[in-house]
Amino acid sequence: MAEKYDLLIIGSGPAGYVAGIRAAQLGMRAVIVEKGKVGGVCLNIGCIPSKALIHQAELFLSLGESEKTGVKIDRSAFDYTTVFSSSRKAADDLSKGVRFLLKKNNITLVEAEGKVVGPHDVALSTGETLQAEHLLLATGSTPREIPGFSFDGKDILSSDDALMLEKLPKSLLILGGGAIGCEFAHIMNAFGVQVTVVEMMDHLLPAEDADTAAILERSFKKRKITVKTGTTAGGYRREKGSLVVQLEDRNGKKEETEAEKILVVVGRKALGDRLGLESVGITVEKGAVPVGDYYQTAVPSIYAVGDVIAGPQLAHLASKEAEIAVEHMAGRSPEPKADPMLVPRAVYTEPQVAGFGMTEKEAKEKGLPAAVSVFPYRGAGKSVAVGKTEGQVKIIYRSDTKEILGAGLAGAQATELLHELLLAKKAELLPEDLATMIHAHPTLSETLMEAARGVEGWMIHA
Amino acid sequence: MAEAIVMTALSPTMDTGTIVSWVKKEGDQVSSGDVICEVETDKATMDYESLQEGTLLKVLAEEGASVRVGDPIAVLGEPGEDISVFLQSRGAPVHKPVAKEKAETSSAQPPENEEKKPAASSPPPADRATDRVKASPLARKLAEELGIDLHHLRGSGPGGRIIKRDLEESPKPKTAPAAQAPLSDDGVEKRETASGKRKVIAQRLSESMRQAPHYYEKVHAVMDGLLSTRERLNRPRERKLSLNSFLIKFAAETLKNHPALRSSWQDGEIVTYGRIDIGLAVALEDGLITPVIRNCTSKSIVDIDAELAVLVEKAKAGRLQPEEYTGAIFTISNLGAWGIEEFTAVINPPGSSILAVGAARRTPVAEEDGSMGVRTLAALTLSADHRVIDGAKAAAFLVALKNTIEYPLDIML
Repeated sequence: MAEKYDLLIIGSGPAGYVAGIRAAQLGMRAVIVEKGKVGGVCLNIGCIPSKALIHQAELFLSLGESEKTGVKIDRSAFDYTTVFSSSRKAADDLSKGVRFLLKKNNITLVEAEGKVVGPHDVALSTGETLQAEHLLLATGSTPREIPGFSFDGKDILSSDDALMLEKLPKSLLILGGGAIGCEFAHIMNAFGVQVTVVEMMDHLLPAEDADTAAILERSFKKRKITVKTGTTAGGYRREKGSLVVQLEDRNGKKEETEAEKILVVVGRKALGDRLGLESVGITVEKGAVPVGDYYQTAVPSIYAVGDVIAGPQLAHLASKEAEIAVEHMAGRSPEPKADPMLVPRAVYTEPQVAGFGMTEKEAKEKGLPAAVSVFPYRGAGKSVAVGKTEGQVKIIYRSDTKEILGAGLAGAQATELLHELLLAKKAELLPEDLATMIHAHPTLSETLMEAARGVEGWMIHA
Repeated sequence: MAEAIVMTALSPTMDTGTIVSWVKKEGDQVSSGDVICEVETDKATMDYESLQEGTLLKVLAEEGASVRVGDPIAVLGEPGEDISVFLQSRGAPVHKPVAKEKAETSSAQPPENEEKKPAASSPPPADRATDRVKASPLARKLAEELGIDLHHLRGSGPGGRIIKRDLEESPKPKTAPAAQAPLSDDGVEKRETASGKRKVIAQRLSESMRQAPHYYEKVHAVMDGLLSTRERLNRPRERKLSLNSFLIKFAAETLKNHPALRSSWQDGEIVTYGRIDIGLAVALEDGLITPVIRNCTSKSIVDIDAELAVLVEKAKAGRLQPEEYTGAIFTISNLGAWGIEEFTAVINPPGSSILAVGAARRTPVAEEDGSMGVRTLAALTLSADHRVIDGAKAAAFLVALKNTIEYPLDIML
């Protein structure tokens, strides 16, 4: 007969496995039901393999700069399958790592598909039914298609397919200029693929300010990545072994472009359907599970977090939501929702792009008395010394109180540097706290200090 | 383990508290949540609920004693515990009752205890070297700008740190300015530190005037019908219905159909309130307070009047709780009883408008046929916040209110 757990989690991604471990720390008996690979999308077919590929891509690119040291390197022996294998190894190692963590915390792992059949009951594909005091839905998301471009795993690729390519195409058309599209453009171009990125909005990385995105766009153009913004793709046809795609820009001007393969990365669809939620009275909206405070659904014993609910689809946000939900189940009083102003955004291109909180555009649209301080990377000695001068740090703040509203960075190590500013925002520090803190010289972090000094009106190196 | 119970800030503007009476006596068991004594603050007399548990071993502040926020008032511990060492190490003074000083000759003082110190010797909060308040740099800056003393706030951040949210949520009583301080009668200039209450009124009203572009519209309402109806209704009643209860009800019903007048400007967003809570300005000896009647549209005039009577009495006794005097989305200030013909009032946030009611006076009027008649007229002056309420909308509301006052039966439709 079914044993009763304190918490049953469907999904073992960054939301699911973190929830399990946190629950165990709080003294709850937890079980995770996972129908695929342990670690979910992030570990297996998302964040981790893509960062591994990016690292390899950057290694490969830097080999091309070896001539600066007088060493000529012959890169013709480049074999993508080796690169691909190393990305799979990283994914597999981490997946094993998560299994280990679950075991260490005495969390039961059931490898089966689960469906909700009652407020406390989940029926497994193995035939059994498990019962728990609380249920946590963390089933994540899947790549979204656009009409006219259904995934076929061969010519029309999703990010899943792209991460599993063992052989590179000669040319690739990427539909979608958000974080994922830009990262793939970076990887593929580094390995010699001819890349075109098509983005519907006015600029790449629509979540960031135009000037921040422009830094990446300039860098892409220098690398001969073709960027078409304000453009949509209508359909495609096959012609002599390649794909011809119909594009249209915002003025109605049409053109055609050719590529060997097409990668569609326009977002991810929540996987809340087919979980049996109608049986408990939860209405799923376009795959997303509606939740309120503490990520509880309409059924008090059922919570949902991560990509399967509405909101930014980010692994670190999924983990945070899981922590809040589990703490609430354990009777603690966490904040009711993760503060959206404190969720970092990171794009691992070269230069990297990172941000949090309001963009300059948003602050102005909200009618706030907003101002910005921008410091260019080239003003910091370290960036010149290492030849990474492209980029800027922008702090968006209230002109009346100097309260930090947000930040937008583009440049080397932006995804790491962001955290000093994010901490300042979270701890309600003022720009003067950053401006007056001694930063080691020469470091890229000095750009943050200078941008903060800009708020105070005494930027020194620009 | 012996521990001290200290005087805490029971209201955001509290500096000192006076022990009115001890509910728990030495030797009594204290559990978390128990009321241990009654403390009189600058606002009201409040129950002091203990967050600590133990046996009350010693009372350090006797009934009538005035204690600064942060100073100990009692010691909790195990029964029979020797606390002599504890008392010595704490250097805990035993507070005796302080003689009240009166600087002004005025009648009917509210039962408050305010230590009147010469301005020079009262230390500004920042100089209290021994107790630096934990607050984020942002909260500190905002508090300084708003003139809020951080010692009066409870922090909800990590480790009890005061953060921006704590400043935004602290209840701030605010009303229209009406009473003027009587001049001292000895011809010598007097200088004294403003009381906490006065500082809050000063800060909040200045801010309201600064932030909300005030403009004013006036009508005269013919009061004869309402006054005679009220007189008739009051004849059999022991406790007479006040005129303000009628005005509150009429305003509430009118506000239902005028959403702009029950909206508020909040940082670029317009919040329109569904539940109509109306405040009434009540003059106190040394300030103003606005007790609030919640959900006026679902209460009858009789209900409103009964509630108002209780609240006004509490207000005059200085016993209103923060939740009883904050959050009105509309306020009425009536100076008719003071003989004022008409005046303009300062808007009381979060409301965006306030109605100033003047005295009902017999006034000659021109009749339709050109002859002269006499009516009882009262000036109704509406102050409105132009960020949210445009002239035409304010006019529509004010005229509708006048109409309701003159033809109350219309709201029955």
